[in-house]
Amino acid sequence: MLDKNGIAKRIAKEVQDGYYVNLGIGIPTLVANYVRDDIEVEFQSENGVLGMGPFPFEGEEDADIINAGKQTITTLPGASFFDSAMSFSMIRGQHVDLTILGAMEVSEEGDIANWKIPGKMVKGMGGAMDLVASAENIIVAMMHTNRAGASKLLKQCSLPLTGVACVKKVVTDLAVMEITPNGFKLLERAPGVSVEDIKNATEGTLIIEGNIPEMDL
Amino acid sequence: MISKKVANVQEALEGVSDNMTFMFGGFGLSGIPENSIAELVRLGTKGLKCISNNAGVDDFGLGLLLQGKQIDKMTSSYVGENDEFERQMLSGELEVELIPQGTLAERCRAAQAGFPAIYTPAGYGTEVAEGKETREFDGKMYVLEYAFKADFAFVKAWKGDAAGNLVFKGTARNFNPNMCGAAKITVAEVEELVPVGTLDPNQIHIPGIFVKRIFQGEKYEKRIEQRTVRQRD
Repeated sequence: MLDKNGIAKRIAKEVQDGYYVNLGIGIPTLVANYVRDDIEVEFQSENGVLGMGPFPFEGEEDADIINAGKQTITTLPGASFFDSAMSFSMIRGQHVDLTILGAMEVSEEGDIANWKIPGKMVKGMGGAMDLVASAENIIVAMMHTNRAGASKLLKQCSLPLTGVACVKKVVTDLAVMEITPNGFKLLERAPGVSVEDIKNATEGTLIIEGNIPEMDL
Repeated sequence: MISKKVANVQEALEGVSDNMTFMFGGFGLSGIPENSIAELVRLGTKGLKCISNNAGVDDFGLGLLLQGKQIDKMTSSYVGENDEFERQMLSGELEVELIPQGTLAERCRAAQAGFPAIYTPAGYGTEVAEGKETREFDGKMYVLEYAFKADFAFVKAWKGDAAGNLVFKGTARNFNPNMCGAAKITVAEVEELVPVGTLDPNQIHIPGIFVKRIFQGEKYEKRIEQRTVRQRD
């Protein structure tokens, strides 16, 4: 079973040379720590920066340089700042190659719910609806089950949707799955996790074909 | 040179009254018009309808207006950092319209640019699109979203001049440029009001034509919401 850093580490392998990548809040943010350093990648943050760098050294924080999680950041050589409309032009206009975001639920048709629990938490969708409506390549990073132990990979989402039929791949603490017309296709198992474990934790249709390899981290 | 300069925040906010619709620049607490917000708190203007990506935190930014129950309606994309906001929303005191962040930006930009509405794919198939006109273009579905109509836009820039030209810094830029000229009156507050002629025309982010009034803010706290650092090796 993977922890959050393990999930981030596995997703980092999906990041390719020359990619512009948008990372959501939570586990996705950790992905930046594990991207190979022999490839060129630029991270976009929807509040208006391309070419995000690591957190600043203590004493060098700048209230005017933050990421979408409102955390203080730095920029790398070649970085740029821009306004919100231009930021979403990059996203909506499909100039961003890969979007990685968290979710509360994903359906076997690729629907995603990650912004609202009716009557309970009220936070809003931020840029998530724009991202999922336009991105061609969306990977969801999340735990396989919620705190109550219920599956987050469902036949149909029960929570209000963020987007429909948009998720391409899901990486959880248990598995890597691809969304296909027939359901979640199991691609890889996390270390120490059996196909049976994954089946038991997946409410939606799980397609198991042949031997499922363990993740190579 | 047409001067947009006003003497102070009081003069800049002349004409604001109860029940108006205001736009506020800023993302989180970064790039918010601190001085205009402080003046609205002082004026006690009520019944406000606010368009702003976020709602501040409990004791800073728009949270200060929420504390005084000055806001009736918020149109935002993300409001997770404010307990008082959530309380007022759940109790029904505060009307909240949550919309996608890119849609928020583009509804501002549409108002600025003279478009009555735009089509966006964001929110299609979700509750955000309920009751809205949708249309297919090249096999993909889009939602019709209208340009905002606002009485005042309050924006904050790094530097500006009396002509109303603005230069932003870092990610404090965010929604500020998109809101300039998107309301009947745009009030820009700047950290530094520099003499006309000292800003390089090549480097100006927002030309003064979009700004109605400009003043130098008295002080800026520029509070950091999430202070994240790394250790030196």
